[in-house]
Amino acid sequence: MEDWKRSRALFAAVATAPLTWLTLFFIVPMGVIWLYSFGTNAGLTEIEISGTLANYKKALEPLYLGIFAKSLVVAGITTAICLVVGFPVALAIVFASDKWKPWLLLGIMLPFWTNLLIRTYALMAVLRTEGYANQTIGWLHDRFGSLLTLVGLPAPGAYEPLHLLYNNFAVVLGLVYVHLPFMVLPLYAALDRLDRSLIEASLDLGAGHLRTLLLIVAPLAAPGIISGIIITFVPALGAYLTPDLLGGTDSQMIANVIERQFKRANNWPFGAALSFLLMYATFIAIAIQALKAKQAEKRG
Amino acid sequence: MKLLGKRAPVAPLEYTRRWSMRIWVGLVLLFLYTPLITLVAFSFNDSRRNIVWRGFTTKYYEKALHNSSLMEALTNSITIAALATVVSVVLGALAAVLLWRFRFPTKAAWEGAMALPIVVPEICMGVAMLAFFARLDLPQDLPWPFDLSQITIAHITFCFPFVAMVVRSRLTSFNREEEEAAKDLGASEWQAFRDVLLPHMKPGLIAGALLAFTLSLDDFVITFFTSGPNTVTFPVKVYSMVRFSVTPEVNAASALVIALTVLLTTIALKLQSRMGTLAQGH
Repeated sequence: MEDWKRSRALFAAVATAPLTWLTLFFIVPMGVIWLYSFGTNAGLTEIEISGTLANYKKALEPLYLGIFAKSLVVAGITTAICLVVGFPVALAIVFASDKWKPWLLLGIMLPFWTNLLIRTYALMAVLRTEGYANQTIGWLHDRFGSLLTLVGLPAPGAYEPLHLLYNNFAVVLGLVYVHLPFMVLPLYAALDRLDRSLIEASLDLGAGHLRTLLLIVAPLAAPGIISGIIITFVPALGAYLTPDLLGGTDSQMIANVIERQFKRANNWPFGAALSFLLMYATFIAIAIQALKAKQAEKRG
Repeated sequence: MKLLGKRAPVAPLEYTRRWSMRIWVGLVLLFLYTPLITLVAFSFNDSRRNIVWRGFTTKYYEKALHNSSLMEALTNSITIAALATVVSVVLGALAAVLLWRFRFPTKAAWEGAMALPIVVPEICMGVAMLAFFARLDLPQDLPWPFDLSQITIAHITFCFPFVAMVVRSRLTSFNREEEEAAKDLGASEWQAFRDVLLPHMKPGLIAGALLAFTLSLDDFVITFFTSGPNTVTFPVKVYSMVRFSVTPEVNAASALVIALTVLLTTIALKLQSRMGTLAQGH
């Protein structure tokens, strides 16, 4: 690394374009929104920056606080499911034979690269009332429903399609579907670096697989697990498309509320305040990750 | 593990050879792929309601390809992605060289700011772009492709930090002595850059370009806030179609995009494995 003063012309040639772009098209727009969050609507399109805290006060009303809490819970549940479902998958990829490993990785990565909207749409087609999930359950119902009479139970009536779409269940399922690769890939990266002799030692010394997993593997892979959790949690918290398309009227998350303030409700200052609160929540999550990763490194 | 019969016994660490694990992985892959495969399969189904198989047809592909608004949206998406990729690769490469090579005051702050577009929730960046462009009040009725400039600018902003990240990690394996040697042998700063550093960066640049192209093609939320009635991209168009109903044309168009994704991913992985062997060769 060299000091910028040693070759000022070169430094200027390299630095000008990216730093200007970042300032002009990222920092300035963010600054505009930040200022708006302290403003009031002074007309249809005019926003007066009055330094008021009213927008933040409004965001703390029970209605919006509830949506915030709900978003945190939904993102938390999503992350937990992804971790439980994804951990064995990551483990299986790590210990797969060389022949299978690239294929399994590709299998996880391909959906990750596929357009988010297409994946959500594909899920909608499976979950809707006349979709394949309902058809399969209906088929099972019709085929095996009569078996119930054999054990003395009354035969079930005609199959009622389940409402799998437009509710909270669909939102969580959709978020898990979309974010599972986000969890598996960092877990895989962390587990792949693990010293296998430590696991073997634990097993040799009589610990069971579950105990080895919880007491040896999990602490050693902690930085990877934490980054997997954050990489899943942060986008799930700010998810817009999944709750919008798969959710019902009661499954809105914070991003949907922000969108409504900017598009339909036309209350930009309030939307700006909400989006900054979401951003602060994101930063807190990332700060916790950095802190935990540092702690894990110290222990390791 | 008696199930395996005469085959070699499963060693303690061969988790992947355990049936419980295989079933788990199989179920997860089934969960990930069932929706996508049914989507592609039923785009060939000769039925409007596309639930029951009624025979093979490609008529929905023809319909999709002749649906002018859908094709216009796809053209817009690819144009934006191509423009955003070119600019992001240049900006990303410069940013990577800047952060890798120079020590300067406020560097840590810039490094943090450069990571922000990657971590900030999409919705926040989307509304920021909306407010920013509304404030600028640019003329709205520009001829194509200039009317795509707002979306393209927004895409470049979130793509180039990713390119910078990829290129920077590639630069860590660069041996500065090679550059010194070139300069000792009389190469100018520019020649050393073009003939020594740039060839080393190339795999990183290609990987970054593919990443930028996919990210741009994929983006819905930020585009949703920067697009106008005349500048609809493919995801925005599909969104407006999906809101009303699930139709075979959308299936067909989506299947085409999935095919494009598979192609790009394969290229990216091929390049990555080549990069891997190159790195080992050094």
